[in-house]
Amino acid sequence: MSLVLNEDQKMVQESASAFCQEQAPVSVMRHLRDSKDAAGYDKNLWAKMAELGWSGMAILEAYGGFGFGYGGLSVVLEETGKTLVNSPLISTVLLSATAINEAGSESQKEGLLPSIASGELVIAFAIDEKPIHSPSSTTLSATASSEGFFLNGQKVMVLDGHVADKIIVVARTKEGANGLGMFIVDANSPGVEIQRLHMVDNRNNAKVTFSNVNISADQVLDGTNNISEAIEKTLDIARLGIAAEMLGSMQYVFETTIQYLKDRSQFGVVIGSFQALQHRAAIMYSDIELCRSMVRRGFEAIDADEPAEKIAQLASAAKAKLSDTMFLVSNEGVQMHGGIGMTDEFDIGFYLKRARVAQHYLGDASFHRNRYATLKGF
Amino acid sequence: MSNLDDFRASTREWLEENCPASMRTPMKEDEVVWGGRNPTFKNPDSKLWLERMAEKGWTTPTWPSVYGGGGLTKDENIVLQQELARINARPALNSFGISMLGPVLLEYGNEEQKMEHIPKIVRGEIRWCQGYSEPGAGSDLAALGTKAERDGDDFIINGQKIWTSYANFSDWIFCLVRTDNTVSKHSGISFILFDMESPGVSTRPIQLISGASPFCETFFDNVRVPSTNLVGELNSGWTIAKRLLQHERTMISGFGLGRNKPGSKALTLEAAAKKYHGDGETITDTGLRDRIAQFMIDSEAFAYTSRRSIEEAKQSAGPNATSSMLKYYGTELNKRRLELMVEAMGTQGLGWEGDEFENEELAVTRQWLRSKGNSIEGGTSEVQLNVIAKRVLGLPDMTSMVASPIKSGEAKS
Repeated sequence: MSLVLNEDQKMVQESASAFCQEQAPVSVMRHLRDSKDAAGYDKNLWAKMAELGWSGMAILEAYGGFGFGYGGLSVVLEETGKTLVNSPLISTVLLSATAINEAGSESQKEGLLPSIASGELVIAFAIDEKPIHSPSSTTLSATASSEGFFLNGQKVMVLDGHVADKIIVVARTKEGANGLGMFIVDANSPGVEIQRLHMVDNRNNAKVTFSNVNISADQVLDGTNNISEAIEKTLDIARLGIAAEMLGSMQYVFETTIQYLKDRSQFGVVIGSFQALQHRAAIMYSDIELCRSMVRRGFEAIDADEPAEKIAQLASAAKAKLSDTMFLVSNEGVQMHGGIGMTDEFDIGFYLKRARVAQHYLGDASFHRNRYATLKGF
Repeated sequence: MSNLDDFRASTREWLEENCPASMRTPMKEDEVVWGGRNPTFKNPDSKLWLERMAEKGWTTPTWPSVYGGGGLTKDENIVLQQELARINARPALNSFGISMLGPVLLEYGNEEQKMEHIPKIVRGEIRWCQGYSEPGAGSDLAALGTKAERDGDDFIINGQKIWTSYANFSDWIFCLVRTDNTVSKHSGISFILFDMESPGVSTRPIQLISGASPFCETFFDNVRVPSTNLVGELNSGWTIAKRLLQHERTMISGFGLGRNKPGSKALTLEAAAKKYHGDGETITDTGLRDRIAQFMIDSEAFAYTSRRSIEEAKQSAGPNATSSMLKYYGTELNKRRLELMVEAMGTQGLGWEGDEFENEELAVTRQWLRSKGNSIEGGTSEVQLNVIAKRVLGLPDMTSMVASPIKSGEAKS
């Protein structure tokens, strides 16, 4: 294993980069926003992404995927982060397919993963219940019924909730740290109410209310005897995936900003000749390099199947470091662009908006520093 | 491969016979061997170990054997280092002659100079110091003003150096001097060697904010040096100076990895915070705990970055211009670590001396103060950021426009 991309990953990166630059530039997302698109993502583009194999990147060949590993998915996420692509990649591929990989029974894997890999099925993942990420305080309840379970409660920030065919719901089956389970619910089940949330980053989010939703036994993700660990690992892989996406976004902002420093003249010289800006740029460069190493190390650990405890530490370290750096770079990007950076016409503002949502999603820097410290034993 | 296997076997055998048992224990601070005309060996085994290693040329394994070096190939040297590590052997000799002067002398010195100086470096018979910085030439090293004026077959040297590590214990100095002040500042510098016992050389140790230090001020008052001691061409010393700085930077990289001094058992940051700022089990101050976690995450990311840069260099995946970034980030991290240590320890981390403080507490105080120099020596953090801005990011250079007492013109280092 290595912290440098291998030949296969470089190929995926080149192809993803070309696709995003040519077919899914920021203007696509801008159009979705301006047209108040009902789906919130471009279904034709998503079909093409699936054709490129992105939806099956981390799904084994036995289940219709490409078995490229999470390292392959991470470079795709990095490229989509550069042009802020809205697609079910995060909800369906990064989160839900991973949940099924980690916790699904054989028949659940056979039934669901091939349709995810083909791009036909959109599955949302519902975890948060409050404005702050806190899996351990999950209250949405799964109470035993004659056929299986009843779900009652509410989820927020359900990515792609309003366009999903199915929703994987994290629910509480009993009190305590090991009292959570995962359930696959059809989005059109009686008692499921979905309300789209309009967020600053134009991604699809929803509030989903569950009122006595009837769940049969085969809708319980029960292919593992340690469901708590499977939930944590799903979240950790997704946190690293969000970190990879942020790595792409911060690189775009940084490169665009450096170019602007070379192009923009004031006082008769280009502003990039000012040391006050040069040092801030050099500090950003250094932190982005650390971010890249952190992300690569995280995916190295996932694909080498290192212990869950190690992956948890790396995921929290990465989410904290990338969130802090994304905060810095998104703010500096606007500031160094001056007035033009404040205009809606210019793209950099989209990255600031996406930055804050991505920072919060699946735990902000404070959440993850706290978790990291606990995992490290202090 | 079988040649290497043979080499490994014979090396292992030789080390078994020749490396004294006490040289296979962690290095003690006061047993580090620096060599020189009047060497000190606190542990007599160190003398034996140095003599045996020097006899093989293994103090400088890859230097040519004609000058007393080991004459090993790169691969053989890797085997040797592995075998030394296997038995936890101490370095036989610590020397600026080996880490800094030797490599450039082999590259730029003439045959007589190599025959004269290299064998003595290999055997640790002459201890060298570095005459680079001056009171008026720190970050702007090329502005140095120590003069060397021609007088027959000699140069007469006048001026002052500063931050000369161990000048007071060194036998010879490699020194940057100005030999032409009518040309651009980089074009009038020469690289010269001379004996510290020459009349007119004097040194004065510098006391730092952390207490005693290896640094000295070094004064030259009409020091007479034979012109044959010039290395390379007259006025071409800047090229040699820059090459030597690369060797120096390699030597001091690694601060940020928190490498401990030999043999010392350092208190970790979390342990200190639990002990002084908590109940021994947890850190009760959540703000401090958060900042320690942030520091540790940055350190982890930095360690992965060091690893990645080595892997990239191996695969030669494009230019590897990360040394300035690593120097900048590593030294800033070390300063952060020691600030957090002192904060975690409260006033027990601020004792100067006396029995009321544990030795490890006093050590932290001194290390904290000393760490302030990490981002100054070897090129300040600001200089590293300049280098990143210009060479990595391609932003325009404004410092060449800054007024200088010596005419500026040539490309920056």
